[in-house]
Parts: sequence; structure tokens; C-alpha cells
Amino acid sequence: MDILNALVAILNYVVVPATAYGAQLALGALGVTLIYGILRFSNFAHGDTMAFGTAITILVTWALQAAGLSFGPLPTALVALPFGIAATALLVLGTDRIVYAYYRKVRAAPVVLTMVSVGVMFVMNGLTRVLIGVDEIKFTDGARFLISAQEFKKATGLAEPLAIRTTQAITVITAAIVVAALFWFLAKTRAGKSMRAFSDNEDLALLSGINPNRVVAMTWIIAAALATIAGTLYGLDKSFKAFNYFQLLLPVFAAAIVGGLGNPLGAIAGGFIIAYSEVAVTYAWKKVAIYLIPGYQSDNLLQLLSTEYKFAVSFTILIIVLLFKPTGLFKGKSV
Amino acid sequence: MSFLDASSMTGGYGAADILHDCTLKVEKGQIAVIVGPNGAGKSTAMKAVFGMLRLRAGKVTLDGEDITTLSPQERVRKGMGFVPQVNNVFPTMSVEENLEMGAFIRTDDFRDTMEQVYDLFPILREKRHQNAGELSGGQRQQVAVGRALMTKPKLLMLDEPTAGVSPIVMDELFDRIIEVARTGISILMVEQNARQALEIADMGYVLVQGANRYTDTGAALMADPEVRRTFLGG
Amino acid sequence: MSTRQPGAARGGKLRAPLLFAAMAALLLIEAFTTGWNGALGIVNMGLISAILALGVNMQWGYAGLFNTGVVGFIALGGLGPVLVSMKPTPGAFSAGGWGILLAFAIALVTIAAAVWLNRHLKRMKGLAILAVLIAGFFLYRAIFDPAVAAIQAINPASAGYLGGLGLPTLLSWPVGALLAAGAAWVVGKTALGLRSDYLAVATLGIGEIIVAVLKNEEWLDRGVLNVTGIPRSWPVPYEVDLQADPGFLERVAAFGLDPVTTSTITVKLLYGALFAAVLLVLIWALQLALNSPWGRMMRAIRDNEVAAEAMGKNVTGRHLQIFILGCAVIGLAGAMMISLDGQMTPSSYNPLRYTFLIWVMVIVGGSGNNWGSVLGGMLIWFVWIKAEVWGPQIMHVVTATLADGPLKQHLVDSAPHMRLVMMGLILLLVLRFSPRGLLPEK
Repeated sequence: MDILNALVAILNYVVVPATAYGAQLALGALGVTLIYGILRFSNFAHGDTMAFGTAITILVTWALQAAGLSFGPLPTALVALPFGIAATALLVLGTDRIVYAYYRKVRAAPVVLTMVSVGVMFVMNGLTRVLIGVDEIKFTDGARFLISAQEFKKATGLAEPLAIRTTQAITVITAAIVVAALFWFLAKTRAGKSMRAFSDNEDLALLSGINPNRVVAMTWIIAAALATIAGTLYGLDKSFKAFNYFQLLLPVFAAAIVGGLGNPLGAIAGGFIIAYSEVAVTYAWKKVAIYLIPGYQSDNLLQLLSTEYKFAVSFTILIIVLLFKPTGLFKGKSV
Repeated sequence: MSFLDASSMTGGYGAADILHDCTLKVEKGQIAVIVGPNGAGKSTAMKAVFGMLRLRAGKVTLDGEDITTLSPQERVRKGMGFVPQVNNVFPTMSVEENLEMGAFIRTDDFRDTMEQVYDLFPILREKRHQNAGELSGGQRQQVAVGRALMTKPKLLMLDEPTAGVSPIVMDELFDRIIEVARTGISILMVEQNARQALEIADMGYVLVQGANRYTDTGAALMADPEVRRTFLGG
Repeated sequence: MSTRQPGAARGGKLRAPLLFAAMAALLLIEAFTTGWNGALGIVNMGLISAILALGVNMQWGYAGLFNTGVVGFIALGGLGPVLVSMKPTPGAFSAGGWGILLAFAIALVTIAAAVWLNRHLKRMKGLAILAVLIAGFFLYRAIFDPAVAAIQAINPASAGYLGGLGLPTLLSWPVGALLAAGAAWVVGKTALGLRSDYLAVATLGIGEIIVAVLKNEEWLDRGVLNVTGIPRSWPVPYEVDLQADPGFLERVAAFGLDPVTTSTITVKLLYGALFAAVLLVLIWALQLALNSPWGRMMRAIRDNEVAAEAMGKNVTGRHLQIFILGCAVIGLAGAMMISLDGQMTPSSYNPLRYTFLIWVMVIVGGSGNNWGSVLGGMLIWFVWIKAEVWGPQIMHVVTATLADGPLKQHLVDSAPHMRLVMMGLILLLVLRFSPRGLLPEK
């Protein structure tokens, strides 16, 4: 029984990828949950907002690279990130002004706003494709590995390697910083508290003199930032392809709903739950079985579901939670 | 002129009028209570004073200033405080954060005011870091009143503050309201528990179908056999 | 639902016929400028889009259900012709067919056992259900995997799947409807009690999963290898058969027409007639239902769900009915579409094109109005096809003033994507300025 190697295999193929993916989903879900909590609708355009933000970041990254600039061992995209965030924030603020504000004024039902967000989704999707095309783009640069497989094997002498890519490490660190900043903002600053108050009890917030336009603007800006960061981290880690970001809509929403729509802590928890489930269920456990069960022989990959069915996993978790605990794991709000 | 003078208010939420020539006045430091049967328009009258519905006719003045056209938020800046009947706290925010939000429009240091609120409602000081939504009904009402007091209003309006609380809590709430009035803040209160409310009232307004029916001091209304028969259960 | 607002539409009784006449005029112009083949092709897909819009409109207009997984039900409908009218692969069923059926039976028993346990156990309920599900899953895989491998091993180049029953294609259309309806029942039972945006996310997931299944289960439909050569439905002949038929050639010569073009046009016309017949029958049935007591009750529920529940109406049950019926119609159209194409390509089922484009059709046409859905289906399909041509043309005009270079080239290259932007803008404009659509609900 080779526990150490089994452990390393699990770390390498399950824990590390799932943690990075969970961080990306958490950031995406945070954006969705904030929009839901404060603007009170499910924003179906969020996936394409992530795509747009990442596209701008890529364009700026290329410009920086062409100018010969780089960020040392870290990806140049990190330097380009603020530009992507700024551009996306402008886009969503403009969209709110031109599209969504009207429906808030006439107090349209939330499902109408969701339908409108479908229209916005179309436009953003087309816009992103016009900007950057539909091909797969890899835009990572800088050091590839934090710990490469060979380095690990040499250091530990184990058969099973543990490789941690820089993009994975960056994802987790960036996500941690962003989440900490967001929570500090919401818990400690007057502006952040006004957003929480607005989300909690809109009428009372208005009564207290909280400016709804400012709250709305802050929400969109923060959501745009979260979307751009999530999208860029995902693109750095895997690759950028516009269509994939639409597909991320399902796990992102599943994460937000599982955690409790409107609840930021829930969004983070949900992100990791979904990520770990997706990775664990679609991983071929045969290798680990070989290490743990002496004399294990089988052709069976021990893969519960093929990776094509990743989304089935997030969806199933979503349905289970919705059936048994509709407000989510951490109590969310119903609009 | 009374401190608050809302005269001849006529209007409603839509096409139909709910209030008909309704008049409410509150003197400085006074407790005025609005009572009446269900559907009499008591809450509507108070919301009209606060500016939450448009009046077809009538005028509202506060400390001599005509505030008829001002929005509720603007009236808060003029010195009105309003405690809604339901949904009157921020449930996922702590007691202290609720009070902070109450003081949102203030640009100065409001810690003194917060201390005063805690002195008035000691249980809130104890539970200052607890979420308002987790408190009992009576404690939540105290948070709601405390929140409204954070702007140091000159007139505090309460919409059925004792709705849904037990009699003991109701007594305690009324005691607190009297203490608030003692600090010089005028009180205008809609109440379902007519008898207990009139007991502490300086002025009582009995509304029926959106119009004034009886207007007198609290004691006089309590003694009036007509009033007792129709609204106080004898 | 606030896409409905009071007030009569301008034009009154003439509005619908006028709008349809305008649509017909557009198509005629298309026929005379680019040819009858192209125009008839648009008409045929337009008819199918109209039926799809009718199905979605049933769910949204009658019951207020926001179904974002339409693509999955279309795909399931498309499976109908594959399962019904393709020839069975020799030896496939005996190699693995029984295994698959056995595996499904095991799955059903496992789920039934879990449900039974959920109802009858008190303590240890969670653990017991989990144990049953895990055991059932592994048993299922133990039987399912080898069966699948066996089937896919048979003639993988041109088959590698079970094949169909070899029955006439027309039969496959109701089968497609049934497949979609069956899935709708399962989905509805689990997801329909949820609030509208939760339902939207749930159906989004369903759509993705169904398409993923069809893309991966090669034993069922060859996955990404696609199923081609699906037989045409009676009475539509093959062009080559027409061209070889002496009677046809005689008549064509008498009119002085070219036999090849005429054969393709004849085929398209026959399809068109077939589809139009189905469409008209559907509308007739739907209008009957709409004006019946059942239909009135449906709309009462939609307009005030809380009141209806208080009156004792089984709202969720009614919603389930509508959801299933709507998906059946969607499945029917999916089957018809595959018949038209003659092939089933699972990877072509793209949610933007299939789910959301149809939503644009329903909203633009007029939600809650059957004729509106037909108009919307035709019109938006027309615009979608023409946008492929207009997009580059507009882009050329826009970039005419720019100097030649990478920017201009890039913009010209991305003209096809302008379709999406165009559709999004149409949806947004309609939702904002004309939310009741072209033919509002009466």
C-alpha cells in the first residue's frame, strides 16, 4: 500500500486543479451573486462579460508583449488586468444605463430582466468575437511551473509527480486577495455597508438616504472586476475560447445557487463544492486504486463520469440543493 | 402654530382617495397617537405626513416650514424620523451596523448619538454585534426605533410599533417611547392597541374612513363614553 | 409577467393578415432576386422555426415558464428519425442491446428503491439512500460499459451504433415528440416547483446535458461521427429519382424548365407543403385549447398564480402539463428538421442558435399569441439567414473609408459574428419598445 504516492496523485490530479478551478468559479459566482442580491435578477450575460473582459486583457497583453514588456516570472496578463477591468466596467455601466435602468424604473418582474440579459448576452458575445475571433488563444507567459514534475520527483524521490503551474498558484493567490479585499470592503467601509443594506432591505435603505444610483454603479463595477479577473485567471490556466465562457455560465450559477443566491460567502463555498465535485467525479481513480489496493488489476479506469459530463455534475448538485434546500447552503435571498 | 401641522390632507395611492380632509397636529415634546378601526387609514395618514404618497389637497409644515412637496429622504434631513411597521431593520446586518445605517446621511461623528441610543435601549448595547434578524420581535423593534433616532430627529413617527409583540414587551416599548419623548422629541404614533396608546398620549386622533372623528387629549378620549363604546371595548 | 401590457394593437383586425402579407412579400422578393431554391429553403426552415416558436410560446405565453434548455429537446426530437428510420446495424443489438436495456432496468430499479427508501425510512435515511445509489451505479456501469463497447466495435467506420428500427420516417416525428415529452416529464417533475430564474438555470443545465449525452453516447447516435443518410419521409422523393422519372421529365420539358433545378424546387415545395400541413394542424389544435375552459384556466393561473393556488388549482400540475406539451411540440419540430437535413449532427446543437434564437422569435412575434409565434419564427429566421449576407455588406460599407490593412481585414473577417449582435439588438429593442411583440396577445 503506497499511501504517499496515492496522496501525491490525488493532490496532483484532483486537489490542485480543483482548487484553482474552484477559485475561478468562486470569483465568477461572487459577481453573479452580487448582481442578484443588489440588482435582483439572474444575469445570463455574466459568462460573456467574463469573455469580454478577458478579451480586452489579452489584447492589452499582446500590446505589452509587442512593446517588449513583461512581468518577469509572472504572466504579463496580470499587468494588463486593470485595463481589462476598466474597459469591462465601462461596458457594463453603459449597458446598465442604456438597457437595465429602464426596467428598474418601471419595476419589471425579475424574469423580464433575465430575458433582457439574454439580449445583452448576444450582443456581448458578438462583440467579443468581433474583437478577438473564435479561435483558441493561449496567452500565458512567464515561468510555467512553480514546482515542475521533475523538480518534485528529484526532491522527494517519489514515483508520482506533483506539478503546480504558476497559473494555478496565481489563481489561488489572486482569488484570495480579491476575496479578502471584497469582504473588507463590504464589512468595514461605509460604501460597502450601504450596498449590503441596499441588498437587505431596499426600501429602508432608500429611507436612510442611501443613494441607489451609487449602489448600482458600485455593484456593476465590482461585478465587472470580478468577472474580468475570473475570466483572465481561467484563460491563463486553461486557454481562452469565447464559447467556453458561455458554458461556464452553468457551473458559475450552480455555485452561486448552491451557496445561496445573494450570499457572497455562499458563492465562494459553492464555487469550491462544484469544482471539487466536477474534478473528483470525472477523474480516473484507477491510478490511486493501484497505489491503495494491493494487487489491483483492472482495465476499468474507475472514472465515474467521462469529462464530457462535467456539467452534469454541477447540474446534479444544483438540482439536489434546490430540491432539499432551495435557499442554498448559506441562507440566500429570494427576490 | 403646532410643531407638526398636517392639515386637510386628502389623497390616496391611486385614483381613489383614502384620506378625506384629515388633520394631525403635534406640539413640541408631545406624544400624539392615531387610533381607529381597521382600514381607517391610520397608517396612510402617517405615510402622507412622511411624504410617501402624493396628496391631492392639504399641507404639511414642520417647525413652521412647508414640507408638502419634499420627498421622504428630504423630510428625514429636515428632522423627521420614521419607523415602518414591518421590514424596519436590516436583518443580515448587526445591531451596530443598523444604527450606523440609520446615521447614513450624517456627515459628523455620530458616536455620541449611538451611545445615547444604547443608554436608552440597554439590551441593544448587549447585542450590538448580533444580526438584527436573529433578535426577538421586541428587540427588533428597539433596533428599528434606535435606527430612526440616529439622525437626531425632532419628530419621530412610529407605525404600529407594538404590532405582534407580547403585552409585557408592549409595556416596555411604551416606556421607552415615553423616555424618548422626554428628551424633547415629538412623537406621532399609529397604534392598534388603542387603550394602552391613549394612556400615554398627550393628544389622540381617532380616524374613521380616512377622516377625523374625535380629536382630544388622551385622557379625555379615554373618559368619553362614545369613544369607549366604539373603540375601546367599553 | 410584464411583457404584457394593456391596450389594443394598432391596425386592429387587419394587423395579422397585413403582417403576414408583408412577410410573404419579403419571401417573394427573395425568390425573384436570389432564386426559388434559396427562398424555399428559407421557407422550410422558417416553418420549422415557427413550430419551435409555438412550442416555446406555449410554455412562456400560457404558463410563464422560462425554458432555456430548448436546444436539448430539439436534439432529442432529432434523435427520433435516427432511432426509428435508420436501418438497424446488423448484430449490434444482439451484441450489446440487451446489455444496455438491462443496465437501464437496473438504473430504474435503483432510483425506485431510493425513492421508496426516502418515503419509508426515518433514521439512517440519507446513508441508506446513498448506499443504494452507489451500489446501483456501479452495477449499472458494470453491465453498461461492456455492452456499449460491444456495440461500438461493430463496423465503427460507417456504423458503430445500434441503428434504428427501419420504419417509415413520418413515424419518427411523433416518436421525436414523445422522446422530448418523456424528458420533459422527468425535468418537470424535479424542476417545476422552482422559481422562474432557478427554472431557467435548471433548464439551461438540462439542455447542456442532453446535448452532451448525444455527443458522447456513440452507441446511440454515433456521437460526433454523425448519422447521415436518414431516409426522406413520404411523400417527398429524392431529386435524383425525380430526374430519372420519365413522367416528370416530360412535364418539365413541356414547360421548358430545367429538370435539375425543377427537381430540387419540387422537393422543397413538397417538404414545405408537408411542414405547412403539420403547422396548420398544430395551430388549429392550440387555438382550440386556448379558447377552451382548460385554456382559460391556464391563463388565469399565469396571470395570478397566488390566487389560483388559493382557489385550489393544482398550479404545479398544470405547469407540468404545459411543459410536457410544449416540449413535445419542440421535439416534433426537431424531428422534422432532421428529416429535412437528412442527417443528425449532435455537435451542431448550439444553445445560442437553438435556444436563444427561438426566444427572440417568440418575443418579437408576440408572446402568448400563436400566430405571433409563427410570424416571429418566419421573420427572425429570415433575418438570421439574410444577416449572413447583410453583415459583410454593411461591414464593407463601414470599412470603405478605412485604409487597407490588418484592422480593416479583421473587421471584415468578423462580419459573420455581427449576426449575433444584430439578434441581441433586435431582442433588446423589442423588449424595450414593443414588449408585446408584433402580434400581441388578445
